[in-house]
Amino acid sequence: MPSVVVNRDRCKGCELCTYHCPMKILGMSQEINIKGYFFAEVRDPPRCIGCMLCAISCPDLAITVHGNSVQYRTFDYFGSQPNRSGR
Amino acid sequence: MPTLFSPPESMSQTVTHYCPGCTHGVIHRLVGEALDELGLAARAVGIAPVGCSVLIYNYFNVDFQEAPHGRAPALATGAKRARPDLIVFTYQGDGDLASIGTNEILHAANRGEKITTIFVNNAIYGMTGGQMAPTTLPGQVTTTSPAGRDPSRAGFPMRVCELLSTLRTPAYVVRTAVHTPQLMVQTKHAIRRAFELQAQARCFTFVEVLSTCPTNWGMTPTKSLEWLQQHMVPYYPIGVFKDPDLEETQLGLVPTPRKAQVL
Amino acid sequence: MKKLMKGNEAIGEAAIKAGCRNFFAYPITPQNEVAEYLSRRMPEIGGNFVQAESELGASNMVFGATACGELAFTTSSSPGISLMSEALSYIAGAQLPAVVVNIVRGGPGLGGILPAQSDYFQAVKGGGHGDYRLLVLAPATIQEAVDLTMLAFQLAWKYRAPVMLMGDGMIGQMMEPVEFGEPPVLEGIGERDRWATTGAKGRKRNIVRSLFLDPEVLERNNHELAAKYARWHEEEVRFTTVNCDGPIRLLTVAYGTMARICQTAIEDLKQEGIEVGLLRPITLYPFPAAPIRELAARVGRVLTVEMSMGQMVEDVQLAAGSGIKVEFFGRTGGIVPSPDEVAAAMRAQATRTN
Repeated sequence: MPSVVVNRDRCKGCELCTYHCPMKILGMSQEINIKGYFFAEVRDPPRCIGCMLCAISCPDLAITVHGNSVQYRTFDYFGSQPNRSGR
Repeated sequence: MPTLFSPPESMSQTVTHYCPGCTHGVIHRLVGEALDELGLAARAVGIAPVGCSVLIYNYFNVDFQEAPHGRAPALATGAKRARPDLIVFTYQGDGDLASIGTNEILHAANRGEKITTIFVNNAIYGMTGGQMAPTTLPGQVTTTSPAGRDPSRAGFPMRVCELLSTLRTPAYVVRTAVHTPQLMVQTKHAIRRAFELQAQARCFTFVEVLSTCPTNWGMTPTKSLEWLQQHMVPYYPIGVFKDPDLEETQLGLVPTPRKAQVL
Repeated sequence: MKKLMKGNEAIGEAAIKAGCRNFFAYPITPQNEVAEYLSRRMPEIGGNFVQAESELGASNMVFGATACGELAFTTSSSPGISLMSEALSYIAGAQLPAVVVNIVRGGPGLGGILPAQSDYFQAVKGGGHGDYRLLVLAPATIQEAVDLTMLAFQLAWKYRAPVMLMGDGMIGQMMEPVEFGEPPVLEGIGERDRWATTGAKGRKRNIVRSLFLDPEVLERNNHELAAKYARWHEEEVRFTTVNCDGPIRLLTVAYGTMARICQTAIEDLKQEGIEVGLLRPITLYPFPAAPIRELAARVGRVLTVEMSMGQMVEDVQLAAGSGIKVEFFGRTGGIVPSPDEVAAAMRAQATRTN
């Protein structure tokens, strides 16, 4: 099962990851981090589909995603061959 | 368990100075990922602008030069001409590129310098505290357009991709954005394509990325995403304006992501 | 083997002989021939020539190339140098070995296109913002322009600092026979990987910048620059004297083309039995203050001659000290004074009774 790890003290509490998460399993913590921000946390880990949109939308490199079997991916993020536009 | 997503090696671990929710951070990472995947970091030279992203060199493990305000394309020209083997890219905001640096970017593009420019358009001056930029929208309130930009006095906002696309010299000119996941992926493909075209010494490459400025727009980061979609995207249409592979007639196609490969 | 060359072209060739392969420039009279010449020559030797969109572009291209650890230079004239002064300040702050040539024309504003020396203040006081200076070399002949161009690259790399060659319009436009000596040894080029953006392969990355938001760090940078300028005063002051050994009734101070005309005037006055000496600064910064003070004290009367309203005269007065009133003679607007005019001014100063 994929797992999302939020680096608590890098997070600036901008909530972009919670906004983009298609499963809406990310929320903001009640405690504050070292910088005084409420940081993002995974509310319902089992429902994570490993789409990485939280990590992709994080402006602060605060999220890493682990996982071995991912059920669902519709885009090629680390593609070796970028798309030739038009073809 | 294997790691599916982790920060690019070409980036340092320094926490950025950007405001919470500022999408400079996302664009930085997309550049870092592109450099990693194309194996270009070891010979990359970035040119930092003057503006919020002047401190970009604190966030990368690649060589950087810091340009006077607006002059990054000229530094890049000098660097690329002197060392064509280096991958030279400028990273500039709208004040830096579309205001004081307009002449530099226009002529670098027109000369067809084999460099890459990442142009971050957030419709405002960020570092200096929210003044009107050449890309500020009509009616948009800033610290120097307190009653909203008045086109009859400040003119209409500048569409840089369209400006550059009138140049006859071949180039890759694309506008994209990072306020939705799909567009983030498309921005990454556009940046990768830009660096690839430079690695092939094909042409001048220019990627305009619409970006948010929550602090100076006076909105939350998530609200800013919606404001950008509602106000900026209509005025700054997303798409490819020039592509060396396409005849001029086929312009305007958006670099769509490839079909998914299940890992 | 000497070759008859126009000053502007000789400067271009001298840069190539010094090993420079990158020239970025913008047209402006009276130095257009440098770009015209190098637009032919650079491709012949695999070098790079770019005609920039403006002097802003050209000077910042020099920044970009030198920041990569490559030899690069630009040439311009007075109004263009004003546009370049922003880049020169950044180049000084980022400690880059750049060379810039100013073939001076009449000013201010669009001024004129004829020779002048009215950019002295701009050159020796740095020209741009912040505590920095340019090392300024002033040739009086085309041969010296060639030698000082090569020296400029050597000094730029020795100190990792911007060096300016300042010639008036005559130096650019005159033709004289020249020969090109051995290319200078470029001290400091060996360790450019320690600071230049040559690609961070197998080393920590380098940043070439002049922004230091921490005031302690910015002050340290300023002290680093000041230390170079102190070394310039110790090691790099260059000047020559004419007819100063024996007893003389007047010391004149002049540089560049003006000094050559003074020399003719001195020879004319010698026929009349009036002995006048000349001190010709070759480095305008670092300024040869000590030798001027010494000669002024001995002779007691000093006349500065410039093709301007009087700029170097202030530094000569500073050097001579408060005991001596330094007099001035000059023409501007692009007018090059004749030897007779200069002789008359010298005679007046040398023979006055009060």
